[in-house]
Amino acid sequence: MNKKKIEKTADTKHKIAFAFTIEGNNFSSAGEASIRLKHALQHIGYPALLIRRIAVAAYEAEMNIIIHAHRGVMKAEITPETVTIWAEDEGPGIPNVELAMQEGYSTAPDYIREMGFGAGMGLPNIKRCADIFDIKTHIEKRGNIEKGTKIKIVIYNK
Amino acid sequence: MCLAEARNDGMCLSEIIILLSAEVICGQDKLNIPVEAVYAGDLMSDLLAQCHTNTHNKTLLLTGLNNPQVIRTAEIMDVTAIVFVRGKQLHDEVLQLAKEKGVPLLVTKLSLYDSCGILYSAGLRKQPDRLR
Repeated sequence: MNKKKIEKTADTKHKIAFAFTIEGNNFSSAGEASIRLKHALQHIGYPALLIRRIAVAAYEAEMNIIIHAHRGVMKAEITPETVTIWAEDEGPGIPNVELAMQEGYSTAPDYIREMGFGAGMGLPNIKRCADIFDIKTHIEKRGNIEKGTKIKIVIYNK
Repeated sequence: MCLAEARNDGMCLSEIIILLSAEVICGQDKLNIPVEAVYAGDLMSDLLAQCHTNTHNKTLLLTGLNNPQVIRTAEIMDVTAIVFVRGKQLHDEVLQLAKEKGVPLLVTKLSLYDSCGILYSAGLRKQPDRLR
């Protein structure tokens, strides 16, 4: 597992930040970043059902990086009111986001389906869990912007 | 105790072991944990999409997917225990990860269909609610 955890910091707003480096096609620890985020939320005392939503969104984002990208980074910022997750990858990008958001549409190879993924539910699941969901993707390099996909997920503690 | 009666409060893992003639692979110390809802299937994203239940619900996963990702998905979803169907010979990675995570694993020789039918007939009828 290739992960880096930024030091936990607690400022006056009790903000905690994490960052995980995710290696594409490395399933040996796939999901562990999301599980560690989940444990942090449990430690802080977020409601259990909310933690599950956040963990699902993070897990689907993490798995998308592993399945589709060469590598990526997943960052999370936790405050008492909000959890924000950024999942940014160096991958091929998504040619048709609208199609990718349809349940059941998947470009995953067969060996991924044998693991129980690749059902085309990842992005729809993330959107369903998030209060705010934003996705930006490029299938070719434009200026300083490399190809790849960036997802931002915001979930409120309410 | 009549297992055939409808049970709104679920049943213990030990009862499920009897019903499915299951073998306990790991988690022998957790056989008294309650089970209230069941998810049966091999699509992990399907489980992720469905399992947003009341925090007091204890969900059992029935699956034929012999893969470590099942264990991680189960941990994300707070799955109480996993029953592998069709007499799966579990991979070492699966067993190792389950022990590490403290997830009880059972194996039954029954099919997924039969296992579901037996548990449903015994009164375990609650499904995980949809999130939205």
